[in-house]
Formats: sequence, C-alpha cells, structure tokens
Amino acid sequence: MWTAILTIASIALIAGLGLSLASRHLSSKEGDLVEQVNDMLPQTQCAQCGYPGCRPYATAVVEDGVAINLCPPGGDETIQRLATLLGRDSLPLSEIMVPSVAVIDESLCIGCTHCRNACPVDAIVGAHQLMHTIIESECTGCELCVTPCPVDCISMKPLT
Amino acid sequence: MSAPTYDLGTLHGGLRLPANKSVSTRQPIINAPLPSQLVLPITQHVGDPAQPIIGIGERVLKGQLIAEMTGSLGAPVHASSSGKVIAIEPRPVSRRNGDNAPCIIIECDGKDEAIQAADAMPNFTEISPSSLLRAILQGGIVGLGGAVFPTAQKLMQARTCDIDQLLLNGVECESYISCDDMLMRERAGQVISGAQILMHALEIDKCLIAIESDKPEAIRALGGVLGEMDDSRITLKQVPTIYPSGGEDQLVQLVTNREVPSGGLPSDVGCLVQNVGTAAAIHDWIIDNQPLIARITTITGDGVANPINVRARIGTTIEDVITLAGGYTDRARQLIIGGPMTGKSVTTDRVPLVKSTNCILVSSETPSAEPEMPCIRCGDCASVCPVQLLPQQLFWYACADNEIKLREFGLIDCIECGCCDLVCPSHIPLTVNFRVAKGRIRELADEKARAVRARQRFEARNDRLEREKSERECELRNQKDLAKKAGPSAIAEILKRKQQKNEDDS
Repeated sequence: MWTAILTIASIALIAGLGLSLASRHLSSKEGDLVEQVNDMLPQTQCAQCGYPGCRPYATAVVEDGVAINLCPPGGDETIQRLATLLGRDSLPLSEIMVPSVAVIDESLCIGCTHCRNACPVDAIVGAHQLMHTIIESECTGCELCVTPCPVDCISMKPLT
Repeated sequence: MSAPTYDLGTLHGGLRLPANKSVSTRQPIINAPLPSQLVLPITQHVGDPAQPIIGIGERVLKGQLIAEMTGSLGAPVHASSSGKVIAIEPRPVSRRNGDNAPCIIIECDGKDEAIQAADAMPNFTEISPSSLLRAILQGGIVGLGGAVFPTAQKLMQARTCDIDQLLLNGVECESYISCDDMLMRERAGQVISGAQILMHALEIDKCLIAIESDKPEAIRALGGVLGEMDDSRITLKQVPTIYPSGGEDQLVQLVTNREVPSGGLPSDVGCLVQNVGTAAAIHDWIIDNQPLIARITTITGDGVANPINVRARIGTTIEDVITLAGGYTDRARQLIIGGPMTGKSVTTDRVPLVKSTNCILVSSETPSAEPEMPCIRCGDCASVCPVQLLPQQLFWYACADNEIKLREFGLIDCIECGCCDLVCPSHIPLTVNFRVAKGRIRELADEKARAVRARQRFEARNDRLEREKSERECELRNQKDLAKKAGPSAIAEILKRKQQKNEDDS
C-alpha cells in the first residue's frame, strides 16, 4: 500500500513541478495579447475611449480589465471580436460614430498649427502662419483637430 | 499544314451550352461606317485611368495619342478617327460599377485622316524584345478577350518568370459570341504574325493556338496560313466545346495539363495566354502602325433583325452598330454587353463600344423571373464548378458575411463564370452573391491596410515626440553644465550685461 501511495505522490510531485516550471517559462505573454487586441482596434487614434491612442487602450483592456465597448469607430464588430478573444461578455456600444474625415476650410485657416500638433497620425500639413490642409487618405476621422482650432474652420465630412 | 492535336488535360465541371453562334457567322465581317461622333472613355483597361493630353477644340487625327498612360498599370487611348475634340466629360458607359465615366468626345470630320508615323517601325525581328515591349505599350493594346488587362504589362510580368510557351486563346466558349471565330477565319495571317511578334518579345519558341472543335472553318483558315508559312514553332490545338474552357486558367489546364495555383497566374506554370484578337491587334500596331482603334464585335440575339460581326471604331455608340445589324425586332427585351453568362445588362444603347466589347446581345428573354428558393444542398453547383470550389458553402458564408471562411473556401479563385447559377434548382443567383462578397473582402482588406498605416504613423509620431523631448532636455542640461563650469562670476557678468541691455532698450 505504501508503495502505491509513494508512487502516486511522487508522480503528483513531478507533474506539479513540471507544470509550475511550464507556467513560469512558457506562459502566454500578456504583451502578445495586447498586440492582438491592438490589431483588432481600428487605429483611428481618436482617444474617445479615454486613452491616448489605440495601443494604450489595448493595454488597459488587457491589464486593467477596462470595458471593451469604449471604441466608437470600431463599432459592434470590434466589440464582438474582442469579446470572443478575451472571453468576456459582449456589451452595447457606448456611442455610435459614422466614419468620416476632417476637412479644413482653407479660406478661414490662420496657420496657427494647433490642429497639426493635435493630429495623432501626422495627417495635417502646414507651417506657422501658412495655410494647413488635411491628407485625406491618411486621416482617421478621430476629430481631435476640431476642438483646438481657434477659428472653427475644421469640419467632419462623412465618408460615403 | 500542322494537324490539330488532341492530347489534353482535363477540366473539372463546366457545361455544354447551346452554341447559338451560326446565326452571326453567315456573313463576312462588315466594316462599320464612320460615326458622326466618337465617345472614348479614358478607362478602357484594368489599371489607372489614362490622362487626356489634348484640349477641347483641338483637331485630332486618326491614330493620334489623345490620353496617355499614368501609373504603373494602364494603357493609352488613341483617336479612332480624325475630327475635333468637343468635350471631355462624364458619359454613360457600360461597366460593372457606376454608370458614368469620363470620356473624350470627338466630332468626326469624315476625312478619316491618319497621323503620319514619326518613323517607320523596323522589322520586329531586328529590335530587342524589351524595345518591342515598349512599342507594344504605346499601341494602347489590351487583352481583347474581355478582361482588358494591358498587354505590355502582362508580357513584362511574364518575362520575369520562366515562360516556355505562349497560348493563343481562340476558345470562344460562351454562347452567341463569334467575333474571334470570324477573326480567325478572315484574318488568320494577322493572328499568326501577332503570335510570331509575341514569341519574339518573350524570347520563346513554342506557341499553341487553342481552338474549339466547333470552329472547323477557323481551324482550316489558320492551318492553311501555317502551312504556307511553314513555322514549326506554332501548333494548332483543338479543344472540346465546353464552357468555360476559354477562361485563362482553364485553358492552361486543358491544353498543357498544368494547374495554375490558387491566387497565381499562368506565368507561374510557364504559360502566357493571349486572346487571338490581341495577337491580331499587335500585328496591326507593330507591322501596320495602327494602334488599337477598332475591334470586331458580334451583334446577335433574337432581338436584332440580322445578326452579324462588325469591325467598328472604338467609341462608336452601340445604337449605331445595332442599326447596322438591321435594328431591333419586336422581340427585343434585354440588351446585354458581353455574352449571356458573363455579360452586363444595360438599360441604354447610347453607350460607346469600347476595347472590351466583344459582343452585343439583344435577347428576347427577360431576366429570370423564377423565384429564389432556399438552398437544398444538392451539390449540383459543386459538380459543375470549373475551379472546383464549393458554391453551396461559399453561398452560406457569403450570406453570413464570414470573411475568414470565404477566404478559406477560396472565393478569391471564383472566376464568376455563372455555371452554378445555371444548374441551381433553387434559382439562387450565386454569382451575384459571390461578386458582392468579393467586393466586401476587398473593402475589408483596404480598411485593414489603412489601419496598419495609421498605426505606423501614430507610432512614428510618438517616437518623434519622445525624441524631441529628450533632445530638448539634453540641450538644457548642456547649457546648465556650461554655466556651472564658467563659475558664479561669469553668471554675474551675464546678468549684468542683460540688465545693461534692458536699460538701453528703455
């Protein structure tokens, strides 16, 4: 009987040691998960989630368990995919957003560079006291340039 | 005469369609008279639109370059006749997406005055293959089988691969269309000459001309010319009449028994396929110095009085060529540009005939009114699919908008031949669904690419801001260090100088 107990106990010990080693050295890195979540986000860098960009939000979702429904540009589709990936419940979207791009009314622009500095993806061209314009193909429609403009010459144009 | 040979590979599925070709092959090709106005779309090819280089009011001559190629993939456009440019504006055209496209409109003066060639093209065998390719590029030549892929770029791409044979596609497998058949009958010499030019450009010495077995006259005509020329590099190959054996990949499989890989090109298996019409157009440009300004088109169907093949100038309206075929009959119900399987139904005949227009079909049948029923998963569609896809599964995933599964089941390889539609007992418009799903997949891929670029730009910007910040800090530290090194007396000196300056200013 003692042999049996000893055998079982030693098997349990070896397996336990093996598992603890494996969990220490082969653990799925959290960084990978952040990367995966970041890949699913639309990369508009709009900060509407309350974090300064898509990667910071991805990090917050993975590490701090922040809600997954804070990304308006991503829409319901992104929430569904995040829910599947992270094994969380799907939530209704906090706010609905139409895909759009920013447009500068160039006749009103005074060249203050405020919008240029606010753009998270460097999609605004312009120098101090010279007219600015938006590179439409690079604009993510994050609306971060709209508020800083002192003459309100930036508007959002929905993408058709 | 080299005898047609039969040793063939096999094609999965396919259908035997009623040919309906004999009605339009009774008469020789008719040369269409000059129209009063030409409408030339600047996009008649796959790739970037051509850029107009003439002004409104300018007089142009036949064969003159009026819009030049832009970007890395495209083809130029030439004036089909002499006359005055009266407008460059959007006009209705027949194409898959959108109904209006920018066109150059020329008011013909009826003189049909041709532009004088700068210098005569030397014998093509004496110039290098690469300069021959450049010459072909300038002729505005595109694949005339219907895909309108710019020929020169296709050849250039093929030259980067290990090509060992040229296939000339004379397999006009779709019902009703007979323009390639008539071309081979009447202009066999030009087709063979075009093949020789293509072989020289590709530096290969094997060419197979594939012709369907239901075109004995064309086989005889080509065989006769081949016999006279005694060019042992070119062989005629007869293929069975099965739709869609004329599809590029299907033809390669059928004639050479090599399977083009998924998402690949025939050049991956050492073949280059060109339509016989394209070969003749290359002959016209390289030997006769005439760019692609006319093409042969079949006007057929029970909706026209006298079905024929016409050789019309690019830019002639469909209305004009239908008049040549005796006009509409009382039974005309539907106007289709292209064949009955892959063509596009249009609602107006005021659209121009373009480089891709191989057939104008006036049908007496209205579009199928049979109600769509649920899929019963009979699998008939899978047994006829020439690409060996599973249309019933694809349909399932297309309805569910499941992009990953659609990719996995090879939607991208669907050639939209329409065989599955035809056999479906539930009358499900499968091809239409697949076309929409393909568009959706492309859209998603674009979105993904945009997101990746946005992320790269965001990260680059963050790096830059970080770098600028540390540079500023570094600079500040350096200045502080310098001041410390100079000692308190130096600082007092500087402060005194500054005070002095302030007093002077005030």
